Amino acid sequence: MSKADAATAILWVGATFYALFGGADFGGGFWDLVAGWDERGQRPRDAIQRSLSPVWEANHVWLIFVLVVLWTAFPPAFSAIFTTLYVPIALAALGIVLRGAGFAFRKSIVGLRERRAMGATFAISSVLTPFFMGTVIGAIAAGNVPAEGNGDPFSSWIQPLSLLIGAMFVATGAYLAAVFLVGDARRGDDAEMERYFERRALGAAVVAGALALAGLFALHSEARYVFDRLTAEGLPLVVFSLLCGAALLAVLVRGGRRPLRPLAAGAVTAVIWGWGVAQFPYLLPTSLRIDQAAAPDPTMTIVFIVFAVAAVVVLPSLALLYTLAQKDLLESEH
Amino acid sequence: MPPLDLLPLAASESNLLAAREQMAFTLGFHIVLSCLGVALPATILVANYVGLKKGDEAALELARRWSKAMAVTFAVGAVTGTVLSFEFGLLWPEFMDRFGAAFGVAFAIEGIFFFVEAIFLAIYIYGWKRLEPWAHFWSGVPMVITGIGGAFSVVAANAWMNQPQGFTLDAAGKVVDVEPLKVLLNPATGYEVPHMLLAAYMVTGFLVASIYAVGMLKGRRDRLHRLGLLIPLTIACIATPIQLFVGDTAAREVADHQPAKFAAMECIQETGTDQTEYVGGVCTEDGVEGAIGIPGLDSFLVGWSTDTEVTGLNDIPDDEEPPAHTLLHLSFDAMVGIGTALLALGAWFGFVWWRRRDIPRTPWFPRAVAVSGAGAIVALWCGWIVTEVGRQPWIVQGYMRTSEAVTEAEGIWFTFALVLLLYAGLGTGAVLVLRSMSRRWREKGAANVESPYAPQAEEVR
Repeated sequence: MSKADAATAILWVGATFYALFGGADFGGGFWDLVAGWDERGQRPRDAIQRSLSPVWEANHVWLIFVLVVLWTAFPPAFSAIFTTLYVPIALAALGIVLRGAGFAFRKSIVGLRERRAMGATFAISSVLTPFFMGTVIGAIAAGNVPAEGNGDPFSSWIQPLSLLIGAMFVATGAYLAAVFLVGDARRGDDAEMERYFERRALGAAVVAGALALAGLFALHSEARYVFDRLTAEGLPLVVFSLLCGAALLAVLVRGGRRPLRPLAAGAVTAVIWGWGVAQFPYLLPTSLRIDQAAAPDPTMTIVFIVFAVAAVVVLPSLALLYTLAQKDLLESEH
Repeated sequence: MPPLDLLPLAASESNLLAAREQMAFTLGFHIVLSCLGVALPATILVANYVGLKKGDEAALELARRWSKAMAVTFAVGAVTGTVLSFEFGLLWPEFMDRFGAAFGVAFAIEGIFFFVEAIFLAIYIYGWKRLEPWAHFWSGVPMVITGIGGAFSVVAANAWMNQPQGFTLDAAGKVVDVEPLKVLLNPATGYEVPHMLLAAYMVTGFLVASIYAVGMLKGRRDRLHRLGLLIPLTIACIATPIQLFVGDTAAREVADHQPAKFAAMECIQETGTDQTEYVGGVCTEDGVEGAIGIPGLDSFLVGWSTDTEVTGLNDIPDDEEPPAHTLLHLSFDAMVGIGTALLALGAWFGFVWWRRRDIPRTPWFPRAVAVSGAGAIVALWCGWIVTEVGRQPWIVQGYMRTSEAVTEAEGIWFTFALVLLLYAGLGTGAVLVLRSMSRRWREKGAANVESPYAPQAEEVR
């Protein structure tokens, strides 16, 4: 494995963490959005707020990590993506601002009207942000980002595959969030919320699965290179993801208290790495290879050191944060 | 046909201006929040420590309130910081494409600091009720260290843009080799980083103190307000004299390494010795109008002798001259002037405290402190205007022009307008939320301030 390949793997690790944790935070916003009017939605909204409050900012940093590694290790790819897909990227940035501000303000203000407005801002932007991020990934996979950048700002991403992947991002976040919230409800011995989110996890799983299937067809017509490798070299990962998804469905349908989170995380992680395998050796299929975009070796070495430090400093700190949160040692209303 | 040739040029120049304005505005907004992110943790921990060590309930209450306010400012800072990292690609893609491999190193390191800060900030902010008090205090310490580390990395990246080094270009201008340590420890890092760190502590200290000074002017003179003024003001007043020394060094370094920037900010038209130091005024090609001139002082400040030769704008090629000389000059003067005024405020405070162990009794003192926060922020902005506008037309001094770095995408004026609206809402929202928090705390009354570490009733929402 070359240094550039290793740096790509680091990029994918960051993307995986962001998809799992950041994705679940967006999903929390989705469930907040559809929780119903004030009183009916009160209990799930409280559960979502409790679960998100202490962790969303730390989870958000994975996005920064991915961006920084991308522009440091693969500057031409970063530039090509941003000069082509600036429309969905700017919309995603807008969503990030609205979501963060809406969430932070909602829990610190008093008036019901203001809380409602902030809550709506948070919830709606929690849906739009992952959608636009998904369209970016879809456009890259479809090969609509030329290596030299400045591709078409609209037709590059307003395509069935991009839009499907955008929808898949939203559904996957909702799926992860529902599964995480089932775990929270179990821990709090809240049978009502447990059932509430189990039903929603099931629904989201079915929708995400259907979108993934439709995505395969779109991949076949729009992103032939990726499709071919996904169904060959990437096949084991696809199968693994399917098995995890099926097992999770079985557990949800049959009831019982088997652990759900590892299955959900496994299903999503396998898809992300399947995509990586399918794109290999391209960063931008099929115009920019990993080695063509790679920064000089000393820069890659710094990226490795940063990653190693992240592994020994950030991951244990994150583990501490999650452990404290899971043991209810952190308040949700600060 | 010249009109046809000129048209795209005009369009791209307009794009450049829009991109620069948007970057300046979003950076100016974010930098205030980053100051709080860097320096508020230490301020809070001082209050927390005093509270725990001396069993001082008021100090503990302050620490708890400030940490709640920090939750809001940090959240807004996290999203406005994210916007900046998006803007690198959205506004300056060619800059990232060509130099990301070199100066990206600083941001990669910053990522780690920011990560750890976000994690421990969450633990500290949300850990008040259920963590053991001293464990809770120590969970806050990483925020202080990572705040400083994060500021170091980001400002080192900016310093590199001012004095780039540590990379090799091939014939096509592509970065082919990088020496990361040389990138990080470029000559400008040595003065830009301490200058910004001290600025962060000054902005935070004076800003927090100014809030309690306003309360005192409204007649709230309880222990909470006294401590709320004393702790941050002391921190800021310690930072100020060091800052003037660091700033003075920085100006000399700029004179040596970025003569164009220095000439513009000091309005020096002709190269020569015995340069006049101008205070205020409007810069014109014939000299400075309406300024107070002190003969020879500029040369003296640059090289400790009036014989020191200082480069004037006449020796800078026209296409390498920074724009807006008057803006640069007045910004620099305003920064130095405000810094000096804050130094005087600190001296006043320090003298009275030394003689009487008390804050000055005259209402002019809280009045002065009340405006010091806004003053420190204005000085911060002025300093960044000098750094950034003064580096123009370069984005990487001597290597890449800002006009080469800007995106070809159209509609930047539109996004800039949108950003203005969005940030107006963001700023208003943040201020309203902080004010409503403060009103709620006041309504609970200073008399029945709860001990943050004791089990307490459900909070008033």
